[in-house]
Amino acid sequence: MENMLDIYLFGKKYSVPSGLTIMTAMEYAGYELVRGCGCRNGFCGACATIYRIKGESQLHGCLACQTEIQENMYVATLPFFPLEKRVYNIEEIKPDQQIMMQLYPEIYSCIGCNACTKACTQELNVMQYIAYAQRGEYDKCAEESFDCVMCGVCSSRCPAEISHPQVAMLARRLNGKYIAPECGHLSERVGEIKEGIFDEKMAELMAKSVDSLQEIKDMYNSREIEK
Amino acid sequence: MYKIEKLNELAKKVAEKRPENAVLEPRRMTAEEKDALLAEFHPDYKQDEFTVLSAGVNKGEKIPTQLADLLQGKSRVDVSKIDLSNPDYDTDVLIIGGGGAGSSCAIEADNVGARAMIVTKLRIGDANTMMAEGGIQAADKPNDSPLIHYIDAFGGGHFAAKPELVKKLVTDAPDAIQWLNKLGVEFDKEPDGTMITTHGGGTSRKRMHACKDYSGAEIMRTLRDEVINRGIPVVDFTSAIEIILDENGKASGAVLMNMETKEILVARAKTVVIATGGAGRLHYQGFPTSNHYGATADGLILGYRVGAKLLYADTLQYHPTGTGYPEQIFGALVTEKVRSLGAKLVNIDGEVFMHPLETRDVTAASIIRECTARDKGIETNLGKAVWLDTPMIEYKHGEGTIEKRIPAMLRMFGKYGIDIRKEPILVYPTLHYQNGGLEINDRCETGVENLYACGEVAGGIHGRNRLMGNSLLDVIVFGRNAGIYASEKAKNTDIPENLTLAHVEKFNRELAETGVASDVLSPMLLPKYARK
Repeated sequence: MENMLDIYLFGKKYSVPSGLTIMTAMEYAGYELVRGCGCRNGFCGACATIYRIKGESQLHGCLACQTEIQENMYVATLPFFPLEKRVYNIEEIKPDQQIMMQLYPEIYSCIGCNACTKACTQELNVMQYIAYAQRGEYDKCAEESFDCVMCGVCSSRCPAEISHPQVAMLARRLNGKYIAPECGHLSERVGEIKEGIFDEKMAELMAKSVDSLQEIKDMYNSREIEK
Repeated sequence: MYKIEKLNELAKKVAEKRPENAVLEPRRMTAEEKDALLAEFHPDYKQDEFTVLSAGVNKGEKIPTQLADLLQGKSRVDVSKIDLSNPDYDTDVLIIGGGGAGSSCAIEADNVGARAMIVTKLRIGDANTMMAEGGIQAADKPNDSPLIHYIDAFGGGHFAAKPELVKKLVTDAPDAIQWLNKLGVEFDKEPDGTMITTHGGGTSRKRMHACKDYSGAEIMRTLRDEVINRGIPVVDFTSAIEIILDENGKASGAVLMNMETKEILVARAKTVVIATGGAGRLHYQGFPTSNHYGATADGLILGYRVGAKLLYADTLQYHPTGTGYPEQIFGALVTEKVRSLGAKLVNIDGEVFMHPLETRDVTAASIIRECTARDKGIETNLGKAVWLDTPMIEYKHGEGTIEKRIPAMLRMFGKYGIDIRKEPILVYPTLHYQNGGLEINDRCETGVENLYACGEVAGGIHGRNRLMGNSLLDVIVFGRNAGIYASEKAKNTDIPENLTLAHVEKFNRELAETGVASDVLSPMLLPKYARK
């Protein structure tokens, strides 16, 4: 007999086998998921979930697909949370402090309660990355927020009504496009391809791929592999 | 620590042999050895897992049984009940699927001034692109070239890919990386801007670009942000369930279904792009999968019913390193980047049994052989698996490497008490990718006029096996390409008239006549995991 645990899905009690995740426990209970289920591997943030163990005061944020069930777990999924995403033209904005003030002025209302960090399903230091955003330090904000899956649990807990994942998204794009060093060899190669310097040899390879397959096979099987 | 004590004991053997295994450079297999290994152990060669199609354009060809059931399944549309004369949506380019390919397609369509619209059965970004961990290939280093990339990809795909598609893939690769970088994607770089690149299985140059081990997530969230910034309409939680044609047999829209209310809607379009992704959730041969919840081969069904041809739909990619233990993440992807960084595959005796960076099909077959014929696998309650010696990464490159380069893997196993910096992990092949799909040309055209395909649903780019990092690349290169050509075509196309679903009725008749008609509803849309 499997070891069964009692859990509460939206307040209703179900008995499910231990070892399941919250997501597979819901399916065991009979839920056919449309909302609140995405990659099932911890990357997409679709299955944001809040839980509390009966008798304890602490609320936990988690991803349903990545969290093993516990006895007496009270579960409420958060399949959608209204984050505020401000639109902008990435080509026209600049990575200065001004842009954050314009697009996400509410970040300056942060009261430092750290509820966002406590709720983060990825264990990120959310309040810290908001502090970096406030100061216009987008490279640091980008690094600190990099593993964010944009599930929105942080924002659901924020008394200052900040949409943290969207703030971080803007910071990462600014960093990726404007602040991180440009790649010289990439521009050079793009230029070479536009000039057509590989065209003739490419045409030969393609012709051989049809007409003399053995030659291509030999080239492949004897090619030098970089150490 | 593992909850099963025996595994902790066995892991000690791996640790003991780590110093000697670390310096070992295992021999690569010869072409003949690889062929023999694949024929005996690769799942694609198990004849009884395939069915010969009785109807449609690929009639007479063998296809995985689960896919054949859907291709020859029952339409969700009752043609007599649908009014096509008064569409709910009207657009130039209808893009079905909101993953990496669909989003790239939408952005390029927007760039050339076409009205594009995305319909997606879940949310934009709910896609295999989001889950790609390891990286994206592009030959942009001085010691590399698109020509070398061509040979790697064409050879890795067993010389079966369409040359025009491989050319497109490798030639547009550097531009794709630059395009993403200019959108703000954060690639791993040295302080001077040089891309940090590694090997993937079957690459002859280090051309794997990455964003830690969130490469696909970083690309996908950036594309999604850009689609929203541009105000491109995204109709979410809405699936396409049939392609609509006009009186001349040209693709002219799709029948849609709201996933929650089941309301049926009609979208009319001048051109249609299928970008619905893969099929891992069909669990071919009972394998677990690394794929997204929505990876149910919908696009193959939609395309097949209007007469678009399938190419290499009988070849699947089983990623060699799916999670073999614990059960909560069974089948989840362990990125190939773990091996790119130096971790080796080890059997129960602590022996390195192969070169860790053979192509994926060869590596998967080799692991299966180790666990079956050679009986050198490690047994758990979930079946057999082999070790992937992750601590070897820090043994070679120093402490901190794992947290910096593969934080998602550290987190995924950490949640179940396994510290991959100190303990090796258990892996076994998982269903990962469909190598084939709807056949396209280098303009992403299928054989049906005004119907395009891009991303994992398309076939011919990778031949019979895809290399790591060529899929993220493919969704960007061919997604953009589809956006450009489908928009161009839309500009020269009038608003379609006399829309029809007669092809659905015709296909139904063909199924009935050949005696294979069934009650299996298709497309599947979502797998059925709820316990009855």
